[in-house]
Amino acid sequence: MSLSQDALTQLRVKANDVRQGIIRALEAAGSGHSAGSLDMADIFTALYGSVLRHDPNNIEWADRDRLLLSCGHIAPVRYSAMANFGYFPVEELLTLRKFGSRLQGHPERVTLPAVETTSGPLGEGLAQGVGMALAAKLDKKDWRVYVVTSDAEHQCGLHWEAMMTAGKFKLDNLMCIIDRNFIQIDGSTEDIMPLEPLGDKYRSFNWEVFEVDGHDMGAILETIEKAKQVKGKPTVIVANTIPGKGVSYMEGDYTWHGKPPNKEQAETALRELQADRERILANV
Amino acid sequence: MSEVTMDGETLHLHGYTDATNVKQVPTRNGFGEGLVEAGLKNKNVLAICADLVESTRMEAFKKACPEQYIEIGVAEQLLVAMAGGLASAGKIPWIASYAMFNPGRSWEQVRTIMALNETNVKIAGAHAGVSVGPDGATHQAVEDIAIMRVIPHMTVVVPCDAIQTKKATLALSEMVGPVYLRFAREKSAIVTTEKTPFEIGKAQTFREGTDVAIVACGILVYNALIAAEELAKDGISARVVNNHTVKPMDTAAIVAAAKDCGAIVTVEEHQIHAGMGSRVAEIVAANHPVPIEFIGVQDRFGQSGDPVELIEHYGMGTTAIVAAAKKAVARKG
Repeated sequence: MSLSQDALTQLRVKANDVRQGIIRALEAAGSGHSAGSLDMADIFTALYGSVLRHDPNNIEWADRDRLLLSCGHIAPVRYSAMANFGYFPVEELLTLRKFGSRLQGHPERVTLPAVETTSGPLGEGLAQGVGMALAAKLDKKDWRVYVVTSDAEHQCGLHWEAMMTAGKFKLDNLMCIIDRNFIQIDGSTEDIMPLEPLGDKYRSFNWEVFEVDGHDMGAILETIEKAKQVKGKPTVIVANTIPGKGVSYMEGDYTWHGKPPNKEQAETALRELQADRERILANV
Repeated sequence: MSEVTMDGETLHLHGYTDATNVKQVPTRNGFGEGLVEAGLKNKNVLAICADLVESTRMEAFKKACPEQYIEIGVAEQLLVAMAGGLASAGKIPWIASYAMFNPGRSWEQVRTIMALNETNVKIAGAHAGVSVGPDGATHQAVEDIAIMRVIPHMTVVVPCDAIQTKKATLALSEMVGPVYLRFAREKSAIVTTEKTPFEIGKAQTFREGTDVAIVACGILVYNALIAAEELAKDGISARVVNNHTVKPMDTAAIVAAAKDCGAIVTVEEHQIHAGMGSRVAEIVAANHPVPIEFIGVQDRFGQSGDPVELIEHYGMGTTAIVAAAKKAVARKG
């Protein structure tokens, strides 16, 4: 599958919309996680805009692909992508983390079923994805499971239990996408608990490993498509990302892991993103 | 004994007063049998095993329903999380290990993935209580009821014998929602029969009485019945309630016990703190305060030993129940 330049441009514009939604939601909430949310905007746009078999108007569709967000704290990117792809009005993003909102600080399936599962406690998404992928195999269904994880949650033991199990059951309907931004709350992942060589770890657990620039829309789509062709093994895509991507003062700064922009900072961010948006359109 | 009735329905209890006539079967056998029946009835019922297929009694299911059996090795957090995924795709997974690890090791996964997430996962906690015996304290779960009953949406069931454990396994497979079923390793007395009714959330009065109510769960229900026989010899009329559903507890039955008898003894193979008896106390305190005595493990850890020896040592034998009942009666105003 290769998309036309027009379609790619549209997706890039969508990713920009998703980023702007994240900034507005986080500023309104007054708390939340900026860096990881922004750096996964391109991947989530690719997933909702091109990869997933899904229907925002039929969220109970039995044969839909399942997308799990294991690192629930970057909920703003998922919410913003969902809003921008028709799951709910974009204005609802401003209710993020507020009393009575469906957009809980960390995603909850009971209040917002389309998130597929409740997440936030780290290291638990892949294991649930393994269960879902196995259910699809048992029922001989062709829907797929995508699990987005952070890099730091590879420090949780349960994630490795799940990796081992996916290898055992040869779950080629399961794809894990890692937000490899090298940051966590206390600093760099490689200082706190080194993860490298991360790809080799997956290979030794009988996974097929891919790597991609997590901000190159064309490359993201190509890599996912390649990974989907793998038979007899689960696949993982290590997506190299820049924390805070799209907002100059956040990019690469781990201190933006767990805080939102204030009003002025949000205005600056939106101005920058708007300029980006115009550049994307002008390049057509 | 078979004449005992509840709400006009006979309970068909097995005779328990003649010790030579008492059949001894491990409650885990009832789980194994119930699981096979549930699996044959509904192919969405799955058994997920964490390297304890024989001792959790999943072996028969593995043979009868091989396509519905999944082995994942020693990984109890994975048990819960993976079962959550299977359940959200329409499966009814039973996950089994020793209660000490399942749910002992996986509490946060149970809370988030099963309860908050409302998934239809069934935990089977085997080898609960000090009656595990020689394995010692590391393998004797006496805190599991507490950590499960405190979680919203959970259903917690502790059946009194192997026959009831089978019925509970079937009933819990059919209800929709997260569940904790607790059972034991050792052989224990059969007090019910195939005909005895079982309903989740409905406590059963196994013996009528007016001076004190002994509210028990699990394999110690038998000790409670024997204690009531002893008390009768001393002229004390003891009601015995099989309080198999710890959550949601049968509030009406507990309040009735408090009102009718004016004193209560709770009996469980668990810490007296925060277990079944504590829930009884919460209900009684809020509705009809009466003296309560608590039989169970008194804020200690278990140790190696013979099961019966340990039950006695930790104050859960018949003599201890009789003494507690007399104390409760004496405390009545």
